[in-house]
Amino acid sequence: MIDWFTWVQAGIATAVALFCIVMGLAKRQPNDYTVGAMALIEVLLLVQLVVAIVAPFAGNQATGSVVEFYIYLVVALLLPPLAVVWALVDRSRWSNVVMGAGAFAVAVMIVRMLQIWTA
Amino acid sequence: MVQKTSTRAVGIGRVLIAVYAILALAATARSVFQISTQFDQAPLAYSLSALSGVIYIMATIALIMPGRRWYAIAWATISFEFVGVVLVGLLSIIDPSVFVPSSQYAHSDHATVWSYFGIGYGFVPLVLPILGMLWLRHTRPGHNAEVAADDPAVQDA
Repeated sequence: MIDWFTWVQAGIATAVALFCIVMGLAKRQPNDYTVGAMALIEVLLLVQLVVAIVAPFAGNQATGSVVEFYIYLVVALLLPPLAVVWALVDRSRWSNVVMGAGAFAVAVMIVRMLQIWTA
Repeated sequence: MVQKTSTRAVGIGRVLIAVYAILALAATARSVFQISTQFDQAPLAYSLSALSGVIYIMATIALIMPGRRWYAIAWATISFEFVGVVLVGLLSIIDPSVFVPSSQYAHSDHATVWSYFGIGYGFVPLVLPILGMLWLRHTRPGHNAEVAADDPAVQDA
């Protein structure tokens, strides 16, 4: 894993979480901005996946459990699409809060992934 | 009367269901990893992890499904979680060796979602059943007309 990228990613996921939750509490329905923010999280997770695959060949070996790392990464990759599908089905403002909860879970999981990688 | 639409999967209750679903996923994925790779290190803790995963999945489904039977299942699973997090939380502080036999592993990452009152999950496992029980009380069957009248979110849904 690349430290700075991971922390930037966790920061963005946290910001997206706050943004989506605030939009929901402000009685806004899911819109291009909140769904787009979730898409951004997904793109960054895909970048993280590529980094994780390439890193060992560049001498960046995980010292912790690689299996546990990939379980976290795969579950994290599932969360934004599931939250977006939820928001497409349920057009109420609470879907923004649901996406916010998903984004926050991703943020926590990214930090945990770094702990596992460097354990 | 059999209700066709759920009275629990409405308004802010949907957020509760989403958080339950995330926790169900987290607890289940964790227990699959623990049991498949290192079950012998802490059999009781890892069995509890698996049990909590199943309970969270059942609670999530029970909150979504309509009707009195699912309402009762929701109460049962959410109460079980609350008792679980309090008991395991207390035990993990009083005597960690109950869950992790060898002291070599105590206080390491061989925890369950409920250890130390769910500290590894931001105490969400402790707070969630309390919110869940409040939501169940708010949406109890036969109470629906009143709920719909004073909660605009329910009318939207």
